[in-house]
Amino acid sequence: MRASRWLLAALLACALPARAATPWTLDQLLHGFAQTREAHSSFVEKKSVRVLERPMVSSGELHFSAPDQLEKRTLRPRPELLRLDGDTLTLERGERRLQLSLRGYPQAAAFVESIRGTLAGDRAALERVYRLQLEGSERSWALTLTPREPEMAALVARVRIAGRRAEVSVIEIEQANGDSTLMSVQRLPAP
Amino acid sequence: MTVRRLAPLGAWIAVLGVAGAIAAGARYTADLSAFLPRTPSAAQQLLVDQLRDGAVGRVMLIAIEGGDAAARAALSRDVGTTLRADPRFAYIANGTDQGMERERRILFAHRYLLSPAVTPERFSVAGLRAAIEETLDLVSSSAGGLAQALLPRDPTGEMARLAEARLSEGPRPAIEGGVWASPDGTRALLLARTAAAGADTNAQEAAMQAVTSAFDAAAARLNAPQVRLRMTGAGVFAVESRAIIKREVARVAALGIALIAALLLWAYRSPTALLLGLLPVLTGALVGVAAVALGFGAVHGVTLGFGATLIGEAVDYAIYLFVQTGAVHGNRDTWLAEFWPTIRLGVLTSMIGFSALLLSGFPGLAQLGLYSLCGLAAAALFTRFVLPLLLPAGFRVRELVALGERLGRWRAAAGGWRWLVAALCAGAAVTLIAQRGALWASDLSGLSTITAEDQAYDGRLRADLGAADARYLVVARGGDEQEALRAAERVAKALQPLVAQGVIAGFDSPARYLPSDATQEARAASLPEPGELRIRLAQALRGLPLRADRLEGFIADAARVKAGARLRRADFEGSALGLALDALLVRRAGGWHALVPLRAPPAGPRAHVIDAALVRAAIAGSGALFLDLKTEANALYTGYLNEAIALAAAGVAAALLLLLLALRSAARVGRVALPLGAAVVV
Repeated sequence: MRASRWLLAALLACALPARAATPWTLDQLLHGFAQTREAHSSFVEKKSVRVLERPMVSSGELHFSAPDQLEKRTLRPRPELLRLDGDTLTLERGERRLQLSLRGYPQAAAFVESIRGTLAGDRAALERVYRLQLEGSERSWALTLTPREPEMAALVARVRIAGRRAEVSVIEIEQANGDSTLMSVQRLPAP
Repeated sequence: MTVRRLAPLGAWIAVLGVAGAIAAGARYTADLSAFLPRTPSAAQQLLVDQLRDGAVGRVMLIAIEGGDAAARAALSRDVGTTLRADPRFAYIANGTDQGMERERRILFAHRYLLSPAVTPERFSVAGLRAAIEETLDLVSSSAGGLAQALLPRDPTGEMARLAEARLSEGPRPAIEGGVWASPDGTRALLLARTAAAGADTNAQEAAMQAVTSAFDAAAARLNAPQVRLRMTGAGVFAVESRAIIKREVARVAALGIALIAALLLWAYRSPTALLLGLLPVLTGALVGVAAVALGFGAVHGVTLGFGATLIGEAVDYAIYLFVQTGAVHGNRDTWLAEFWPTIRLGVLTSMIGFSALLLSGFPGLAQLGLYSLCGLAAAALFTRFVLPLLLPAGFRVRELVALGERLGRWRAAAGGWRWLVAALCAGAAVTLIAQRGALWASDLSGLSTITAEDQAYDGRLRADLGAADARYLVVARGGDEQEALRAAERVAKALQPLVAQGVIAGFDSPARYLPSDATQEARAASLPEPGELRIRLAQALRGLPLRADRLEGFIADAARVKAGARLRRADFEGSALGLALDALLVRRAGGWHALVPLRAPPAGPRAHVIDAALVRAAIAGSGALFLDLKTEANALYTGYLNEAIALAAAGVAAALLLLLLALRSAARVGRVALPLGAAVVV
């Protein structure tokens, strides 16, 4: 489930096109996602864990390639690669390599499907899993996703995505247990 | 009828009754034990133990095919639930117990005794700092969920170590719809362990029926008629083998009886003659089975199969009687005087020949010897004492003079073809000598009734499940449980370099679940006293985002181990880990065995094969035995075959000796033996 949480964040971060549009509505935001074929961003992630005195910081790059390839490459403090390719999730960390099929994890699969729905501009798919709330203006907006299913709500309290004009700048995931992750994203030019 | 006539008849009926009762109550087996020498080597005994009641024999693989994925998953769940409540099964796994909550609790409670990383250095200030830094690293990673939740109680990350050790245990089954499935997603998979031993074929058959009825009920309930069930495993194969052998024996027997009956009917045109002609065979077969059941306790399938052909010669006895009774115009006394000695000699040579088998060190061969000996004796005695009494007055079989004359003419004509017969014999002999190696196929699979397709399917399911193919095994032994565990720990140490070199992909060991007391003590001794641990933590955590006062749970857990909490076999009771332990740590006559199954490399130049010499060299001096079950089983069969050949030769020699004594002429013996020898060679 942890993996799926950041997947959502990463996908949303990658998918947002640098394109201005007025008036600012949810449909337009989602329509923008669907236009993106390829995206490349850098990230800094701050993870706040209750028992720790200060957040753990990591950083690296995100890469999305339509329709369903996604990579989170952590460079600091320790290299790690998380990749979603179709239904297969792979985690590489040091000598270890873990691969699992999302088919085996219906909750995670639903999560991923909702993201795919988002990328496809499929608002209905996204709303099956979350209640959506868009606030603010085109210059400074925030989209809040709250899980509908109790199983998911037991893990994720809510996801907040904030943007300036047409770009995502922050993705914040609040866990039900009080821990949280704050990811700052910056678009990079295509490599 | 006179008393003189009634006495043999009465005796015969009594013998038939008793033999029939014994044969009906006898135990029939089809396992490998027939090929096991009476004084087996340690490796041979281990092999047969493993197959007979080891964990290997109890594993049943169940596949659900056809229909759609949702239907298969629903069926797998339903069948799993039914079978878990069935006392015939010790364990059912189908992926629904993914969480393994119970197992995780056991591992967590005893992590400081189980983790191989627990050493005095790891609990020094520097060691603690390194371990905690690594755990914090993991917490910050995408895979850090569990480490994050356990951080206050497991800051050194022992659970991650244990998970890693288990993760390295080869591939795990794929999951589809929440249950185990083949990687290509075409079947749902269940793994069952029967309560009964693999060699208990009746119990295995009952277990298979339980699976079938659970499946049928579930398929009906879920309305999924297009879904199919398939089972494999050693026990399943034994059940199927037995069914095939039963069917084959019945078929061959029926065919043989039909052929002989047709021949006799054609020759004698008399149903009475037919019935009477078959009686010696039936009597002999029944007495033979009863004798084996009495002498050995259980009758082997092999004995029934081969024995039926050996006892077939008894049909000749009756024919001699019929034909020769005719020749002496029905005068029984004349027959007894003139022809009985000839038959007697024939019977005695056969019996002496077969008696050589009795000396065999293999119960399977000895059974065959006893069966033939008693069966032929019974058939001969029956022909001599009872059959003549049963012949109707004036019984005459049709004269075969016309046929005899025709044969006689052919024989005269064939005189010119003698060289052909000689050439044929010589050719056959040359072929035999040239192919003597391949003549006796020494691969046990040649004797197996399991088809190559079934075996391939079994292999496929094992690969799907990531289950060991159960071929390679190191057996560490000890006088008691602790000694066996310590031996297993030494073996594990010796095998580690082979894993690094890629000779083996990995291994399992009972000491992984239940470390020996010595190892548990050493790990407990690595932990500092609570006061000392607090002091060290305060130093180790300097500069890290974790405060020592958050780690009271960790300090308490370590203190409990320090105070003497130990892991016992009973702690695993009823869990999947307990079952693994039961399979790997077993009591045997004269001690305990710790089994260390090896996994062959899954790919590369030596995929699926392990170099026995390298493993033997690695464990040399540890007292443990390396066992390649396939090679060992083939060696067993080869030994059996070699002894069978040697004994057959001895039997022939003994028979020739008897003939020599009776005929008092080497030339005449040669004339008698030559046609037979030529027939065998051809």
